[in-house]
This record gives sequence, C-alpha cells and structure tokens, in this order.
Amino acid sequence: MNETAYRRINDLPSTHLLAGGTAMCAGCGGLQALQQIHDVLGPNTVFVNAAGCMTLLSIYPFTPFRGSWLYTAMASAPSGAQGIRDALDILIAKKRLPSDEDVSVVVVTGDGAAYGMGLSATSAAIDRGLDFLYLCYDNEGYGNTGQQSSAATPHAARTATATGSAGYPGYKKNLFDLWVANRPTYAATAIAAEPVDLARKIEKAANLRGPRLILCLAPCPTGWEYDPRETTDIGRLAVRTGVWPLKEYVDGAVVHTVVRRPRLPVEEYLSRQGRFRHLFEPARNETVITGIQARVDAYWERAGAPGEEKGA
Amino acid sequence: MRRTLLTGNAAAAWGARLAQVDYVPSFPITPQTEIIERIGVWAESGEMEVRAVTVESEHAMITAAAAAAATGVRVFSATSSQGLLYAMEMLYAVAGWRAPFVLVNVSRGVATPVTLGSDHDDVFAARDSGFLQLHCATVQEVLDTVLIAYRLGEDPRVRLPVLVNLDGFYLSFTREPVWIPDADAVAGFLPSFDPENVRFRASEPISQAVAVLGGGAYSYFRYEMHLAAEQALTVYDEIADAFESALGRRHPAVETYRSDDAEVVFFMVGSFATKARAAVDRLRDAGIAVGLVRPRLLRPYPLSALRRALAHVRGVAVIDQNLSLGKGGVLHTELCSALYGQREAPVIASFIGGLGGRDIADEEFYEISAVTRKAAAEGSAPAPRLLYRESELREVRKLQRVARVERDELASGRKP
Repeated sequence: MNETAYRRINDLPSTHLLAGGTAMCAGCGGLQALQQIHDVLGPNTVFVNAAGCMTLLSIYPFTPFRGSWLYTAMASAPSGAQGIRDALDILIAKKRLPSDEDVSVVVVTGDGAAYGMGLSATSAAIDRGLDFLYLCYDNEGYGNTGQQSSAATPHAARTATATGSAGYPGYKKNLFDLWVANRPTYAATAIAAEPVDLARKIEKAANLRGPRLILCLAPCPTGWEYDPRETTDIGRLAVRTGVWPLKEYVDGAVVHTVVRRPRLPVEEYLSRQGRFRHLFEPARNETVITGIQARVDAYWERAGAPGEEKGA
Repeated sequence: MRRTLLTGNAAAAWGARLAQVDYVPSFPITPQTEIIERIGVWAESGEMEVRAVTVESEHAMITAAAAAAATGVRVFSATSSQGLLYAMEMLYAVAGWRAPFVLVNVSRGVATPVTLGSDHDDVFAARDSGFLQLHCATVQEVLDTVLIAYRLGEDPRVRLPVLVNLDGFYLSFTREPVWIPDADAVAGFLPSFDPENVRFRASEPISQAVAVLGGGAYSYFRYEMHLAAEQALTVYDEIADAFESALGRRHPAVETYRSDDAEVVFFMVGSFATKARAAVDRLRDAGIAVGLVRPRLLRPYPLSALRRALAHVRGVAVIDQNLSLGKGGVLHTELCSALYGQREAPVIASFIGGLGGRDIADEEFYEISAVTRKAAAEGSAPAPRLLYRESELREVRKLQRVARVERDELASGRKP
C-alpha cells in the first residue's frame, strides 16, 4: 500500500489520454473521474460501456479514447467484458496474439445499470472471478434520460419522477457492500474531487487480478441542479460532510482512505444543490435534514475512528 | 469419415467441434442442453481446444459471444425458445457489430402456455434481427449446416452472425445415421477465422459499436447490413458447391423434391418437411402430381430460387409451424409477397400446424393436398386453416371438464 507513485497532486499524470470536445455536459463529475482513470490506466485498455450518459462519448467517426471501446447494452456490459477477456486469453494461450498486445478490460457503467438492470450480469461476473475493472459513475439517478429516480438516488432528493415536496422516498442502495459481500479482489469508493485518492485506488486496482470495483460518486450539474463550475466543490463537500465515505476493501478488510476532520454538517452539501432546495425553501424541513444527518452520523459511529475500522 | 448414430444435438456439437471453435459461452435450456454438455465434456477431456463458459443468462451469453467474436476468435453458442427471446435485445445489437459467429437454436414453442414441444415461433421472432437464418430437416444437415454457417457468416462479403435452427425433440433427441467428416476434409472447406480489422489489440485501438447522430448515418449502416445479407445468397450458392466438392453432400438454398412436374407443392421448413416428403411419395403412388419445396435459407430470403421453383405449379400449400397472432403464418405472408405480381402466379393456401410439438399426420397432408388442388382448379385461395383434429378437441374438452370439477369442488369447500 505504501508503494505508490501518487503522493501529491503534482504526481498525477500530466499527459491526458481522454480528448476534450465530447458530447458530455459541462461540469460532468463522471467524465472528470473517467479522465483521471484513463490517465492512470494508460492506453492499453478497452472500455466496455453500458448504456448511459457515457454512451455519447464515442459517436461515429470520433472517439475521445486513446484506448479501445465497445458499446454493449444497459444490462450486459460485464458479459461483454467476459467475452473480450476470454477471447484475449484464448488468443494469447494459442499463440495467435503476442502477450504485449493484451489490453485490460474496464466496464464503464452509470448507476442506473450498476444498481439495477446490470446487477445480475455484474454479480455473475464476480462469481466467475472475471478479471476486470468495474467503473461506476454514480450520478444518483437515470441521468442520461433527465434524472429520474434510480436505486442510487439518495433519500429526499427531488428527481424527474419524484417531484413532490418529499422528494425520493427510498434510500440509496449500498452497492459497495453488495460487492464486498461477494468477496471481490478489490472494491473502492472514490470521487474525482479527491484525485490523489482516486489515482492511488486505480493504481492499486490495476495491479490486481479478478473482479475490481471503483464506485465513483459523480456530481451532475444538470441532474443535481447546480452551476457546472461547482462540481469539484460539491464533490469535496460530499466527502467533508461524510455523505460519501472514501474507502477500500482489500484482503478481507474495509479501510477508510480519506477522512477529513472536522466533519461538516450535511446541510452544507445539501443546500448547494437544487435537488434538495425543497428541504430549505420555502420553509426549512428540519425533520428530513436531521434524519439525513442522523444516518450519516450513524454510519461513522459504526465505522469507528480511522485506523480502528469496524468493517463499515 | 465415419458413419454413426447421432442426435440432432450431438450433430450440432460435432459441427462446432469440427469447426474448431475457440469459445462457447452458454446457458442451459431444454431441449438445447445436450449440445453444451457434450462440448463441456470435450473441453475437459482435451478433445476440443475450446474455452466453455456458463454465464447467467442468454442475454449475457449473446453479449459475451459477440464480444469474443469482436476480439477475433471463432465462437459458437446455442439456445432455445424463451432463451432466444430473452437474448433478443442483443441479437439485434450484435448483428450490427459485424463480428460473425454461429448460434444454434433448438426450436421450441414460446409461452404462454409454457411448453417444451417444438415450433418456429421462437426462431421467427429473430427473423428481422440481422442474423442469417438456416433451417435443418435432418440430423446430417445439422452437422453440415453448422460448418456452412461459419463459412457463410465469415465471408468478407457477408460478415453477419448466423442462426442454425433444428427442431426440438424431433431432431434434437432423434438419432439418425450421420457421416462425421474427417477434420482434414473440413479444414479444406472451412479456413480459419480471419477477424479482419474487427478485433481488440493494444497496438490498434478501435471503438466498436459506436453511436451515430442522425438518420442518414443510421440508415447507411442498416442498409449495409441488409445488402450484406442479400449478398449472402450468392455467397451461399458458392459455398454449397464448395461443400459438395469437399465433403460430398449437396445442400442447396432451396430443396425441391418431385416438384418439377408437380401440380401443387407443399411448402415448409424444418424436420416436418421429411414427413411431407413421405406424403409426396404416397400421393404420387396414388397418381397425384404433388411435390415439396423447402427453403433452407430464410434470411436471406432466396427470392429468385423460390420464384424459379414455383414458376410452373398451380397451387402452393404453405404449412407454417408458427403463428403471427392476428395475422397468420409467417412463411405464407412472405411467400405471398414474393409471388405477388408474378405472371401466372400459383394460388397460395395457408395451413397452420405443428405448434408446440403437435404432429402433422399423414392424413392431414393428404387433406392439405386435396384442399390446395381444389383451390388451384378454382383459381382462388381458400381461407387459412388452423389444423386440428376432432380427437384433439375431444382431449382438450376432457381437460376442461376436469378443471371445472376441481374448481367447483374447491368453491364448495369440499376436500378433494
């Protein structure tokens, strides 16, 4: 864990592999993460995409990737990864492809697929011990279609399908724990607003074999309703308020990798986003805000102090 | 080459083995399982140098199959019925990847009601997907057609995935004598897979299956697939010749049997065509000029060959083992469109039969022949017929009576 090329922001790669000018929204937190991830992984990568916002990255005849890309469908990107990985292994084993032509296989999926439709294919890929990296950009709703509620939507957020004063009635599904329960090689949460932490996790994951999850919270200006230039600030606040814990699971234990002290009140994160405005205007909804704060507090209580983890 | 008894399923597995496929992703479904089990055994024993992976659904299976083909290996897979329907999104999607592979479908009726018996509603649901579609009538044909399918789909003028269909139970579990060709002879017919530029390599990054903006670009690529499928007609004829010279058996796009001087012909696909063939012989013995026309290709549709085969007949009895609910038989609809406006086109009569494993009895073929001859003589097509015998109706009435008694007993509170 101490062997890392990334200790400070200046250590991050200065050459960027993902070209600009894509069809993504300004301030996309998912693209920000993908950019940093591609830089660390390098060009010998094939991204296997599940239907979602990122589908629009490669539009004929252009692609922003230095590596390769395969668009599959919403439910089956991990199965596409399976086919590519198996085929490359076969070609190398049968000596029809030199091993330096190998590429690493990375699924790119939004939360809509990752928390719902794609869960069966993902779970089965973990069962089979597929050697792949699974990158979820989690913008907490069906973002590409206008931010309808998904299983990743946080409690009380207003979405295109939860427009009332209560917002989304459910609670965000715990995808990280779903993965961890199945004992993958590696699983981590991350966010582009903490680039050194993200780079280290990609670096670590890239050097392991087997199913590996990188779950990135992806602040979304259009879906969360804030100005695109605030993406990094919102991301930092997600970490500083403890709403988005940065952690990793490796060798059977969960460790928090970045803990900012003191932990700020959640309303500093919520009040910056239009999707939570109904909690503050026209009247402050103390019950819901207190409830969200209590859940975050309870999480960190269970997690214990950093360094003496209780397996959050 | 050796002759042995094989089931249709075993013949499909032998086809994959002789084609030296690299990769077989699969998911079990009755009546397809014997195919993947046999390949699994060969993979473990080393008789096949193949990686066989059981995935968690047919949707995943088709995605994995096509992704592997798009990486540059030869791929085989097999499914049936609900499995094919579950995979349907990906059938349409991966046809456009232009990464050919072969998918065997062991046809079986679709729910509801649930059945294990065979008909063609499953495979016809994939009719417009971009997969080419070849239909087999005998176990030997199953083995041969898998080999032909690889050469057809992989041809640079085609580059489309291919569905090979065999009927569940009637072919899948029926043993017939089969010539298993020598590996050398097969190698002479089927060259190793050339993925061309569709593959993933570190030194040649590529984006596959990307989006387009606008109907112009979209239409261009869809038209390309359509034209490639049509081109497969010419390519198929060449391959049928090559197959005959390398392996000694002839499998034309359209099989005709005693149809040259026939007044009316049966028109159908699949294993029941062998029953039609037997009926033709018996009707001929009785002095009735009947024949059989059986397309082996349904996609691409062998339009010219069918027009030629039917140019002189007065009546065609189309027997559909499928039912487009609210319209009728798919083969019938397509044949009508193929012959409409042709000079002296025959009268076309529609018969639906053989759904969900239902047999088509010899007497039914005789009746179909009589109805079609009468229609041809009168020059007007009869209303479509749903084949059903009185004895079958009687059996269903019995089931309904049992159901009613059970329901009434439950309603009255009496314990059975």
